[in-house]
Amino acid sequence: MKTLAQHQQDVPGKVATRWDVMLLPWVACIVVALVVHFASPVLVNEYWQNVLRRVGVFVIAAVSLNIVNGYAGQFSMGHAGFMAVGAYVAGATTYYGSLLLHGSVNDPNFYYQGIGLMLGGIGLGCVVAAIAGYLVGLPSLRLRGDYLAIVTLGFGEIIRVMLELTKGQLDNAAAVKDAGAKLLIHLNGPSGFFGIPSYANLFWIFLFVSVTCLIAYRIKYSSTGRALLSIREDEIAARSMGVDLTKYKVRAFVLAAALGGVAGGLYSHIGANPSPTDAGFQRSFDVILLVVLGGLGSISGSVLAAIVLILLPEVLREAQQYRLIIFALLLIIMMIVRPKGLFGVKEIWELDWFTGWFSGKRRERKAGAK
Amino acid sequence: MSALLEVKDLVVKYGAIEALHGISLTVNQGEIVSLIGSNGAGKTTTLRAISGIRRAASGSIVFNGADISRQAAHAIVRSGLVQSPEGRGVFPNMTVAENLDLGAFIRNDHAEIAKDLERALGLFPRLRERMGQMAGTLSGGEQQMLAMARAMLTKPRLLLLDEPSLGLAPQIVQTIFKIIREINASGTTILLVEQNARMALQVSHRAYVLETGKIVNQGDAKELASSDVVRKAYLGH
Ligand SMILES: Nc1ncnc2c1ncn2[C@@H]1O[C@H](COP(=O)(O)OP(=O)(O)OP(=O)(O)O)[C@@H](O)[C@H]1O
Ligand SMILES: [Mg+2]
Repeated sequence: MKTLAQHQQDVPGKVATRWDVMLLPWVACIVVALVVHFASPVLVNEYWQNVLRRVGVFVIAAVSLNIVNGYAGQFSMGHAGFMAVGAYVAGATTYYGSLLLHGSVNDPNFYYQGIGLMLGGIGLGCVVAAIAGYLVGLPSLRLRGDYLAIVTLGFGEIIRVMLELTKGQLDNAAAVKDAGAKLLIHLNGPSGFFGIPSYANLFWIFLFVSVTCLIAYRIKYSSTGRALLSIREDEIAARSMGVDLTKYKVRAFVLAAALGGVAGGLYSHIGANPSPTDAGFQRSFDVILLVVLGGLGSISGSVLAAIVLILLPEVLREAQQYRLIIFALLLIIMMIVRPKGLFGVKEIWELDWFTGWFSGKRRERKAGAK
Repeated sequence: MSALLEVKDLVVKYGAIEALHGISLTVNQGEIVSLIGSNGAGKTTTLRAISGIRRAASGSIVFNGADISRQAAHAIVRSGLVQSPEGRGVFPNMTVAENLDLGAFIRNDHAEIAKDLERALGLFPRLRERMGQMAGTLSGGEQQMLAMARAMLTKPRLLLLDEPSLGLAPQIVQTIFKIIREINASGTTILLVEQNARMALQVSHRAYVLETGKIVNQGDAKELASSDVVRKAYLGH
């Protein structure tokens, strides 16, 4: 018989206290990033490497949105808004920072400083998005279901309109110096911010992808994760277990927004000019689709859905004119066959067929040894 | 005996409708007190107000010497007052183990938690066999057991139980009431809401009778059980 403590030990990702166990996963993240970085050029051409970078960005977007929509069961429809905040903050930091410090953008002599600017910009974008998440999350807590969806949808649209109203982009160091804090209104309006160097190579993208997944995983199996999942199941019962609804809902919003901001920050450094439409509801909907199809609450589900749905249109490009039809059909079939998404709330390694497959193999091996 | 919970002139409203018209009740340390009454009398409402899920319009609720009528529900749980919600309120898409884990959400004393879990599973051996099963797929009686075991893991000083026998077979009802006694014997004070007045009065020390938002009768449980009014209205003979 197991005690609760033993049950807790069984929970994967239960935060360990031994330093090597704490450190190892982070080292693994770097290894993953390095492997992808050096293996990809050998395996695929430049075009597919670019697709892979896009896949990575959307994996982060889906995994982060999953914290609010999946774990906590709060239907946020404004994730693109947070992503756009991150994208513009990070993009503008790199672009205007390069102009200010070096006089030009994307100079090979300024490469490592440029990378530094990108990382700083992504960090800053992450913080600003988190603050936005807090401001949106707090008043939204009294709202449920449709109403929360409408408020968060509104947030994304407000960001979009605000970005459309910004003035033209500056293109020289002197103008940037003059503008000072007013730089914030020079984000190039409806046509979108351009000229951001595409510093986010496969290493950076997959470093952030694996770190995001690790964070999402740790959260899911921590007491915060339990609290969020209990809120999603039954708010009243959660409260009678002593779960502070406000605290945990806000926490979910802030975490999701922060990581969404990171996704945005990377997006603007893969050669995709961030534009106001990137904050709009269309983009939010794209990400929601990934989370719902992967299974609300499932990290591996979100990852897989992001990979498949970003790759699919590329693979189907050959059959150009039928692309959308096939795409739509796949979605419909998917929703009929697995209405709870690919994996439901579970992770792939928690599914019966998966564990069964592995234990079956193990049994075979044992039998063979005898 | 000292009062652990003291409710005075409690009024609770749902919009314009007043569900409780100023009720007062006391639960002493170590007691089982039951609150009986017919459908819609306001029993659940009373428990909800005490546990902070529904705000009181007026009146005071003093628990363990502090007025909790303005405190948030989660803070009340932390101070040792726990409600096992009506309709069982288990988390259906979580396993039995995960449900129990959430019972211990506010606690950090892992060694003690493990002991309490052993104790709870000792009382409900059925749950032990089903640790990995989804709570939503348990039978009604098992769900009720889980809800009570989970509430025990929160380690309350005062446990509020809302109709623990609802919809259960007579055999299981007996078990549930036996366990209520055991939980009480191990030091937890209990405020029990029941439709099954006969059983409730048997296990309780004292009882209150609630009718359309008012306390109409109160006293020693045995005496109430033999009083004419209660026998006619709630015991059916
Ligand atoms: N959320 C609500 N909104 C409006 N009225 C409510 C609400 N909850 C309860 N009431 C009303 O308050 C009164 C008391 O309800 P309560 O649930 O406390 O009764 P009860 O004694 O627990 O009944 P039962 O034995 O059927 O569970 C009822 O008239 C009920 O209709
Ligand atoms: Mg009731």
